[in-house]
Amino acid sequence: MTTTENKPHTPPEIGGLGHSRRRVEDARFVEGRGNYIDDIELPGMLHMAIHRSPLAHAKILSIDTSAAEAVEGVVAVVTGELLANYDLAWMPTLSGDTQAVLATDKVRFQGQEIAAVIATDRYTADDAARLIEVEYEDLEPMVNPQRALEADAPVIRDDKEDQTSNLCYEWESGDKAATDAVFATADHVVALETHYPRSHPAPLETCGIVADVDSATGQATLYMTSQAPHAHRTVFALVAGLPEQNIRIVSPDIGGGFGNKVPIYPGYVVATAASLVIGQPVKWIETRTENLISTGFARDYYMKGELALSNQGKILGLRVDMISDQGAFFSDAQPTKFKSGLFHIVTGSYDYPAAYVNTKGAYTNKAPGGVAYRCSFRVTEASYLIERLVQNAAYEIGMDPAELRAKNFIRPDQFPYKSPTGFVYDSGEYEKAMRLAMEMVGYADIQAEKEQARAEGRLVGIGMASFTEVVGAGHGEDYDLLGLKMFDSAELRVHPTGKAILKLGVKSQGQGHETTFAQIVAEELGIPADDIKVVEGDTDNTPYGLGTYASRSTPVAGAATAIIARTLRDKGKKIAAHLLEASAADIEFDNGTFSVAGSPDSSVTIQDVAFAAYTNPPPDLEAGLEGVHYYDPPNMTYPFGTYIVVVDVDPKTGQWKVRRMVAVDDCGVKINPMIVEGQIHGGLTEGFAMSTMQHITFDDAGNCLGSNFMDYLVPTAWETPRFELGETVTPSPHHPIGAKGVGESATVGSPAAFVNAVIDALEHTGVRNIEMPVSGDRVWAAMNEANTG
Amino acid sequence: MNVNVTINGAEKSADVEPRLLLVDFIRSTLKMTGTHIGCDTTSCGVCTILLDGTPVKSCTLFAVQANGRSITTVEGLKQNGELSAMQQAFKEHHGLQCGFCTPAMMLVGTAFIEDNPDPTDDDVRWAISGNLCRCTGYMNIVKSIQAAAATTREGASS
Repeated sequence: MTTTENKPHTPPEIGGLGHSRRRVEDARFVEGRGNYIDDIELPGMLHMAIHRSPLAHAKILSIDTSAAEAVEGVVAVVTGELLANYDLAWMPTLSGDTQAVLATDKVRFQGQEIAAVIATDRYTADDAARLIEVEYEDLEPMVNPQRALEADAPVIRDDKEDQTSNLCYEWESGDKAATDAVFATADHVVALETHYPRSHPAPLETCGIVADVDSATGQATLYMTSQAPHAHRTVFALVAGLPEQNIRIVSPDIGGGFGNKVPIYPGYVVATAASLVIGQPVKWIETRTENLISTGFARDYYMKGELALSNQGKILGLRVDMISDQGAFFSDAQPTKFKSGLFHIVTGSYDYPAAYVNTKGAYTNKAPGGVAYRCSFRVTEASYLIERLVQNAAYEIGMDPAELRAKNFIRPDQFPYKSPTGFVYDSGEYEKAMRLAMEMVGYADIQAEKEQARAEGRLVGIGMASFTEVVGAGHGEDYDLLGLKMFDSAELRVHPTGKAILKLGVKSQGQGHETTFAQIVAEELGIPADDIKVVEGDTDNTPYGLGTYASRSTPVAGAATAIIARTLRDKGKKIAAHLLEASAADIEFDNGTFSVAGSPDSSVTIQDVAFAAYTNPPPDLEAGLEGVHYYDPPNMTYPFGTYIVVVDVDPKTGQWKVRRMVAVDDCGVKINPMIVEGQIHGGLTEGFAMSTMQHITFDDAGNCLGSNFMDYLVPTAWETPRFELGETVTPSPHHPIGAKGVGESATVGSPAAFVNAVIDALEHTGVRNIEMPVSGDRVWAAMNEANTG
Repeated sequence: MNVNVTINGAEKSADVEPRLLLVDFIRSTLKMTGTHIGCDTTSCGVCTILLDGTPVKSCTLFAVQANGRSITTVEGLKQNGELSAMQQAFKEHHGLQCGFCTPAMMLVGTAFIEDNPDPTDDDVRWAISGNLCRCTGYMNIVKSIQAAAATTREGASS
């Protein structure tokens, strides 16, 4: 592995930044003592099962719950009509739309929630849910957004007064006139139309809730699979009308999230309402099919990109038209201002003056979601389009794709770089990362092998992606969820014995926050990481924050942690000065030791200072060593890298295999290299999955064809390629510890590299596009078409 | 129907519905929640346990089919207060992230290295191909199982 290893400043016994500290979380997980949502059992707890629509689009004529109610063990059956009495039949989405909690007027996607059975055990609830009879009148299902946007398409959202078509949103970015002018005179225009297919994050733990509303006190304790417990509490307060101080959301151990656990789902609301009315705790755990057909889809962007270039291979401009398939309710969890998320980062890692991006969303009869699946609000789709276009442009002009990239990269001296769609890229050394990846993979040798292989009847391809991500929302001025500014927070309490507790507004779903955030404090205060407990996921006991998604934990909450630790360190200097009878201005700090400048023997430790903060504080200073900081980032962070894939394609069958996969990432300063590596492995696998097998499709009637793990394929260890990692380190200039976030880079960047590699193997035949997932049969069809066409 | 099992060395019995799945028997009846549920179709493998030493997906058996048999779950891996070589290896090699697939992966790994004490990367990948992981990309799981195999070999030869 070629790396320029971050050299830690702290010794291993302190374990600050750059140490591959083993994970604190693992102690409970390897003994099976994690506490996931389905492990929670409360006295008197009831179980809920949901009756769902088998049809994609139909009027509800009647709902008969009598047979279900008659089943022994059934406590209640909840319908939308019942919820309407509490004004809960509809709820707001995180994109400012509304969504049916339980359908009352009509069903708008297959799998939509219609009624819920509450029973003494799960088996009984399921039995009874099947006995609910619903009479429907069929309506024409809208299964593709292009059809849905035609003038004669039936209006799916006839519940909304002003909605006269299936247009969900329209949004644009950049300068249309300037871009059109560039295209009018360009030597070359390279176009690519492609669909980023509908996918699903499918964490192995599905979504669920245990709602416990105390009818005597009004206290609602909601154990929920929530990536954003504080934001969810506020939404619950607004939706359910419960006073916010009486709502406590506890997000226990989460078995993977990847964006699936950001939205609020109808099941959460129904279980809470049921607990409120019945006065007993109610548990609802999704089945896998429920998870795949009703919650948290991702992607589904139909994109047309055009790149204008000079004969010399200089990119002059980019024009993009995009239609997104939003499903029946617009529930993307994304900043209010940006209707297609941060898709306008589609200009990529390249410097050119003109770009214009036009986007439209369509309501269709499919599940809502639009979640950022291991992605910062649609950056994945954007990165895929530009990296595919750049490779095709290189073929058009007759340049090596790497050299075309090198010619157009934003140069290190151009940062901070204002992009034509309004982003201010903070830092980057794109060519350095690309050259390192090329060296690791032996780029020139593979290029040379391609021709030789063709002569031997073999097909070899090499594809790359030099992606730039934009993560760590906000700043609050531009980024909010339902008006909540996208800051995040950290509360640090150093106890008298020098041990500490750190409380965060974010929530890990496997990223290892309990390990890494302690390392940030260890770095700043010199308290051993092992002496620091990290707490998150409990709204009663942590400061407000917007949660963990869009790679924002390290960029935002990580910054808050560093800053509050520094604030306490400054206070510590005053206490140390008091103890050492020196002036605070003369106190120096390093690795947990406060000393007087020029007399290193005159020193006290952070532990001495902590004890004194409670037992012997200076007379003019507040006692204690605690504080909280809310961090509103001045800008996003921009992780980047280059991924290179080498594939062997079987010319007879179209089957392809990854021979090499080299990934060079630059996520700035690393907190824990071992965990960073693990995040990249996982992200690359999900990128591989999307490019090869994962997709959710529908038939003409709107039946979801990817409703279980036999039809919705996710990679096993057997298919998953081996990855070779490399790194460059370009610290974020505005982040207190120079970190950028890494959880999603690999998912964002890698799909284009896999697909580009397959296209490259067929490049000589004129093939320029194969739609994801790039399965063997699609490759075979593309080869045949090229041969006969 | 009455079910008697030996689970992690302890004898347990309960009167259950014939249709009760073994995974629900373990989780809900016996209150051992280290065994997880991740799909409805025997695809994901997070419910894997050892039945008489052989890995099986406990969502695909009825509790009554385990009658008279011996079950090992993740709770039974630790012996005499010491983590097993497999548990140690997963911690040491970052073989887990969210932890949801981990109990099953460790059980499959434990049974596998008994028959294959020195497995290649491909051997391990084939052995765990009935178990999904969405976090790790499998590389560190493979590394962990190989490391546990190495530790076990060294233990056996010393």
